[in-house]
Amino acid sequence: MTVAPAPPFPVLELIDVVKEYRGDPPVLALAGINVQVHQGELVAIVGPSGSGKSTLLHVMGTLERPTAGELRIAGEDTSTMSDKQLSGLRSRRLGFVFQQFFLLDGQSVLDNVANGLLYRGGRMAERRRLAQQAIERVGLAHRAGHRPNQLSGGEQQRTAIARALAGRPALVMADEPTGNLDSATGASILDLLQELHREGTTIVVITHDHDVAAAMDRRIEIRDGRIIGDTPTAW
Amino acid sequence: MIRRLHGDPGGSRLSRRDLLRVGSLGLRSRRVRASLSALGISIGIAAIVGVLGISQSSKSGLLRELGELGNLISVQAGSTVAGQATELPTTADGMVARIAPVTNVTELASISSVSVYRSPFVPTIDTNGISLAATDAALPETLGVTMAQGAFLNPATAHFPAVVLGAEAASLLGINSLANPTQIWIGGHFFTVVGILHSVPLVNQLDSMAFVGFPIAETEFGFDGHPTELFLRTVPSEVSQVAAVLPETVEPADPTAVQWNLPSDTLKAAVAAKGAYNGLLLGLGAVALLVGGVGIANVMVISVLERRSEIGLRRALGATRRHVAEQFLAEALLLSVLGGVAGTVIGGVATAVYAASQHWSVQIPALALYGGVGAALAIGAIAGLYPSMRAARLSPTEALRTV
Repeated sequence: MTVAPAPPFPVLELIDVVKEYRGDPPVLALAGINVQVHQGELVAIVGPSGSGKSTLLHVMGTLERPTAGELRIAGEDTSTMSDKQLSGLRSRRLGFVFQQFFLLDGQSVLDNVANGLLYRGGRMAERRRLAQQAIERVGLAHRAGHRPNQLSGGEQQRTAIARALAGRPALVMADEPTGNLDSATGASILDLLQELHREGTTIVVITHDHDVAAAMDRRIEIRDGRIIGDTPTAW
Repeated sequence: MIRRLHGDPGGSRLSRRDLLRVGSLGLRSRRVRASLSALGISIGIAAIVGVLGISQSSKSGLLRELGELGNLISVQAGSTVAGQATELPTTADGMVARIAPVTNVTELASISSVSVYRSPFVPTIDTNGISLAATDAALPETLGVTMAQGAFLNPATAHFPAVVLGAEAASLLGINSLANPTQIWIGGHFFTVVGILHSVPLVNQLDSMAFVGFPIAETEFGFDGHPTELFLRTVPSEVSQVAAVLPETVEPADPTAVQWNLPSDTLKAAVAAKGAYNGLLLGLGAVALLVGGVGIANVMVISVLERRSEIGLRRALGATRRHVAEQFLAEALLLSVLGGVAGTVIGGVATAVYAASQHWSVQIPALALYGGVGAALAIGAIAGLYPSMRAARLSPTEALRTV
């Protein structure tokens, strides 16, 4: 798969983003972040715990609004969007992968993956068809009818990745995707992310693990709410 | 390339069908909990539907009886101004039968001087409260009573020592079968029991009587031919007109000495009395319903706490606050409607079984059926409101933070 031609289109753009939590004393979680993530990039945001990387992921994912600054996703300014519009943006543009997988035990793997498309509307049969494709992409076709609690940890995370991919989002964000897995399974998940990246998916991985970060093309280091290093992608 | 947005670029959406799927998911994956929390509602609704259904069925049973018996009039001799009991004239039944709308007439003459015994060896003091009456062959038809055993008196047996027993009288004398010839001892003579009546609806005092014919009463007991009571039936629509002319017809010389009444009046009172306890029972049903609603609210609050991560996930997948609220509200409504439908079915079956045991037709007011499910819906909406608002207020990051 070829990389998009220069200048690359910024999928995600943070301009002077500040996030402050009210309290006594107030906590400055993000102290002016400027980042652009381009289409097709595989980015690691790495930092120790308490560095603000989780807050950064939440702000990037529109799960939390910044106190100040601007967040653009696929060129759209999110600061004036309503809850409904932001939710719509998440359902169409963003895919999330969490450390704890967050699969619903009451549903099959196929339906869990189809949940990634639920809030876009559309017909159930069509959502299942797209979900089936995503399941095949992560190599779980033989498990589509199983319940999540019948799967291994690695298979559960693959299911969660398929759910994030099902809607072909502009950006997939993964929060410590290997954090709950043993190293061999974790490595296979990283391989999968790299493979998806080669197929053109834009991925941002948040991690405290430097080995995970090393597997990514670009590493953004964050500490105390500030970016202290950015190893750019060699295009 | 980045895919351009199709259609409405603004919002995420959740169709009604998907809402139903999402709302029922929580119930499908926690079946025991769901059925237990729906149970409270179903008990309340079952109680209400059952009370309304059974009372309606019993009322309709009574009203049907009233329809069959409402045209029965009984006429007695009143007492004179001086307080003496009077008799009806011997001509009474002939006179009454000539009132056009009257369809049946039966005379009854109480013979209070004579008692009825199982055998001559029974001490005279043991009368069992059975009284003797002379009557004519038309009594079963006029009063709408059928024979349990044997046959009623006819013009032939009326001349002979033959007796028919009321249901209560037969049981007091210990006679329940006429397979063998049975005789009883009346006023110093053996009388053969030729028939036993079923219980007489509305005129219970006839159940403890023994009936003989007029001719034999005259020859054996010195009966003078004056009846003490008349029973008559009229065309149902003419009851009050007939009643109005009865005293003059029976005793033109002294109409005030004649009293009449409608035995079905007691039935009307019974119909009215039927409703007396319904308020209390409905109140109990309402309390059960309320407790059921509190149970659902309780389960929903717990469910919201337990499913924080699901709420966070759904928000990340693009659910709006409203979608989350709708999901939990739908779940509460489904719970209560399931409970309401189950309760309505249970209440309906209970009514059907009870009505069948009482030989009533099954009647459940439509209001109870719709109202039951409607009340369940309303309770579910109220019970689900607070938990669903709470779920919606949860911020996605807070919800995703695992404990």
